[in-house]
Amino acid sequence: MEKDVAVIGVGQSSFVRGYEGSIRELAFEAFREAMQDAGITQKDVDASVFCSAPEYDKQRSPAGVLAEYLGLIPQPTFYVETVCSSSSTGVKVGYSMIKSGLHDIVVVVGFQKMSEITSAESQERMGRGADIQWEAPFGTMMPAYYAMYAQAYMAKNGLTHDDLRDVRLKSATYGTTNERAVYRKGVKAADFDPNNPEAKMAGPVAWPLRVGDCCANADGSSCIILANKEKAKAFSKKPVWIIGIGAASEAVNMAARPEFAKGLSVGYKAAEQAYKMAGITAKDVKVAEVHDCFTIAEVMAYEGLGFAPMGDGKQLIREKATYKEGRIPVNVDGGLLSKGHPIGATGGSQMRTIVLQLRGEAGPMQVPGDPGIGLVHNVGGVGLYGSVTIFGR
Amino acid sequence: MGFEKFGRKSFTAVTKTGKFVDLLIEGKVEGTTCKKCGAKFFPPRADCATCLSKEMEWFEMPKKGTLETFTTAYYAPFGFEADPPYTMGVVDFDGGLKLFARIAKEVKPEDVRVGMGVTVRPLKYEDGQVSFEILKA
Ligand SMILES: [Zn+2]
Repeated sequence: MEKDVAVIGVGQSSFVRGYEGSIRELAFEAFREAMQDAGITQKDVDASVFCSAPEYDKQRSPAGVLAEYLGLIPQPTFYVETVCSSSSTGVKVGYSMIKSGLHDIVVVVGFQKMSEITSAESQERMGRGADIQWEAPFGTMMPAYYAMYAQAYMAKNGLTHDDLRDVRLKSATYGTTNERAVYRKGVKAADFDPNNPEAKMAGPVAWPLRVGDCCANADGSSCIILANKEKAKAFSKKPVWIIGIGAASEAVNMAARPEFAKGLSVGYKAAEQAYKMAGITAKDVKVAEVHDCFTIAEVMAYEGLGFAPMGDGKQLIREKATYKEGRIPVNVDGGLLSKGHPIGATGGSQMRTIVLQLRGEAGPMQVPGDPGIGLVHNVGGVGLYGSVTIFGR
Repeated sequence: MGFEKFGRKSFTAVTKTGKFVDLLIEGKVEGTTCKKCGAKFFPPRADCATCLSKEMEWFEMPKKGTLETFTTAYYAPFGFEADPPYTMGVVDFDGGLKLFARIAKEVKPEDVRVGMGVTVRPLKYEDGQVSFEILKA
């Protein structure tokens, strides 16, 4: 197990609807918590990386603006983007900067103020989220793409609407225990019942996906502080090491995608690289965060990560194996579905959850058994980018 | 110019594959194939990602395929508000080519099935925009 680059500090803002502050103030919340966690000052930081999905930002080139606000000038800073997986990509870049010997300590901040733009502006941008030349002219939006994966997957593998509902019920169970989650209300099976006129989760968005199958938009920020071996040992009592990293890309256009019923190719490819680098297999992972922007995405991720055989992800949900007490706990912080999905902040928030789990500091969300290895799976776009990061103590 | 006529609403005006729109008006749905290495592309490309050649020619897409997947959208992005619900899908033709488009309005969403035989035809909207759509074979 490689122990060259460690996470020495993690932070996250509350994920909320309509954050009452600017993006610099939002970024400060996660940064402050991570700096206090690491016990360092800005003098100790050699460089910073900022991550968001730029379509939601009014501020052009935000890295310089945020670096100044956080007290990180005159150190080098820059911006990284892979939509929903931006901050995982930022951590990969930060890892490389340290591993190369260029810097000792690097701060990675993910942020997104989705409420920065009006909902009409947001709708207009969402129409351009995929291939604007060949697909947006048909009127595509994010849920429709995942719905096509769901349709093919359900037809082939016998996954049902009740299985998808049960993914959401699990997320909601943990959303109620996470004080930083945007959706803290519980969800009941009756909320998905199409015959119940009160059922707020049952309405179709892009069939077969319903309201309750879609994650919650949110404003939020996350911060991960990375250090080399020497600095990690000097500053941190409980360093958590990055032991495996994988990342992949796929064709943007649906017409160039491999079989839909097999899920997102980037998930498999990134996982394979990360497991190989860490020298472990899926069985060694004791707690995981996966990219559940839609319920179907969590089921496909189980298979991409090797937690379940191909086509059999539904069994993990039916057996409650991904609950906190189960064989492989997944998204026990509420996931994107309930914790919320502030695009650029999401990967860093998933990593914070796993680091806290490995340190035994996850509070009411802590999984039993003193987990030693945890995994983060973060997807950008509709499987356009995929990132898997493995952590160990 | 010319590509702004593609689809319900286009976001691109200028592309080297602009002839695609002229072909649609002639009633043809075509992709491109590389003159050098024979790689076939749909949607069409002006440049070959396989051998880096810029010499491409047009070919007509196959007529018979199967519907690999589909969805019915109940919400639409800005500029498409008048359209929902509408169904979109991916057609798999033998030989590795696939195509993404809306499914024709005359096909009821409840009659659409994964794996059903489908074909593709050009489409002209009332406002003069041109596109192509999927219908039952
Ligand atoms: Zn070629």
